[in-house]
Amino acid sequence: MEAVRGLIRRKASGLKLLGIPVLGLSADLLIGAGCVAEVHSSAVSLGEAGLAPRFGDAAERGAIKVVDYTCPAVHTALQATEKGVPYLPLRGVLGSDLVPAHADWRVAQNPFAGAADPILLVAALVPDVALFHARWADEAGNVWVGRRRELATIAHAARHTYVTVEEFRAGDMLDDELLAPGVISATYVSGIARAERGAWPLGVPELYAIDDAHLMAYARAARTREGFENYLAEFVWQSRKSSLPA
Amino acid sequence: MAKPQELLACLIARLIADASHVAVGAASPIPATACELLRAQGKPLRVTRLHKRRGNPFSEGSRELFDLAGQGRIDYFFLGGAQIDGEANLNLVHAEGRRFPGSFGSAFMYFACRTILFREEHSRRVLVPRVEFVSAPGWSPPEVARRAGPVALVTGKAHFAWLADKRRFRLVSVHPGETPAGVREATGFEYDQDTVGETPLPMPAELELLRGPVAAAIATDYPEFARRVWNSGTEPELR
Repeated sequence: MEAVRGLIRRKASGLKLLGIPVLGLSADLLIGAGCVAEVHSSAVSLGEAGLAPRFGDAAERGAIKVVDYTCPAVHTALQATEKGVPYLPLRGVLGSDLVPAHADWRVAQNPFAGAADPILLVAALVPDVALFHARWADEAGNVWVGRRRELATIAHAARHTYVTVEEFRAGDMLDDELLAPGVISATYVSGIARAERGAWPLGVPELYAIDDAHLMAYARAARTREGFENYLAEFVWQSRKSSLPA
Repeated sequence: MAKPQELLACLIARLIADASHVAVGAASPIPATACELLRAQGKPLRVTRLHKRRGNPFSEGSRELFDLAGQGRIDYFFLGGAQIDGEANLNLVHAEGRRFPGSFGSAFMYFACRTILFREEHSRRVLVPRVEFVSAPGWSPPEVARRAGPVALVTGKAHFAWLADKRRFRLVSVHPGETPAGVREATGFEYDQDTVGETPLPMPAELELLRGPVAAAIATDYPEFARRVWNSGTEPELR
């Protein structure tokens, strides 16, 4: 989130966002701030806080291009890139209006079946940049994401991976058998910056919880353009206000 | 006696009584209540709650749910929609000029799991003759590999069964206080109807479980829902 606020302060523009497999507050902020040209995602929502208001407004006005996915198709497209193959098959989905809207999906006959057996082929997807927040980075440049293995998948698939972390650790986490399964190797990591409480108002397990009250307040405020601008003025333009414990 | 949410949870529990593994989404407190009721009744049911804040069931990332379901390891799933039509097609993308969050995993999960369609709002706005966008189709031609699909549609007014061979719903029962004519009036699509019953009220033993161990189990992940249904007494009671 700290990197997202930074992108808004730098007045990023023309971004294409890819949800892995869905998007939330980060996307709604970037869209509302005018940084986004296209959204590719299975969904954009604020979860229990409800609809993502700036996404809904921009999509309804046609101010952004929206390419709808379904969750496993996003994972499949990135897994194809991880493996270095041009596409991977995925069951289901046929008959959905998502299929004709995707030039990067094809319906083909399963070559191993004797009878008719159409199956979806999902083309590999290569994000320019993977951007996420993690608990630790170490001296070797490795990043620990724990069970959030989809973050490893996007790091493997993206051309560049930039990570903000809560803390730097001494040593090499790949030497630690308990930490290693949650590590993304430095091989895939392009850059790391420290951002303490950088996920706020979202959470980091075991460190700080999702700030539900803040999300609810955002969902209410961002229903109007004016409310959204006020939110940006208070929490984004004024660098880091309220993101550290009072 | 019973509250509307308790009636719906008992109805859903009966519909999924043969399950051994059910997955429940973040915004589904009533289906989650149905699952907890079955567990409280002693059924050895595995309940995979998605987006659980602590003790999330997955260790391979968010794709693991779809891999699990794709193998047939999840018996039942729950889906809703901004629009649902008489052929059980679901639309989670856009309707009447309004943009909704998106299709999520519906286009995959609907093929992989026996699915209870659940939407509390029962209106012509939601239950339409034809969805504006098919996020996930209600049925597939015979050559398309499909492990499962819709089983039933449960709303705040009624319970419909899905007739796979006719590709239509059949009205099974209306909830207490509703009539078949009223349900017909509030439904935008055509469906079959012969003898229509009344959705049974929860049994005293079910209510006792719901208000004891089930309420306690649900409060962990759905605190707002548990407070609203079981603590505050603001929900109108049926009969």
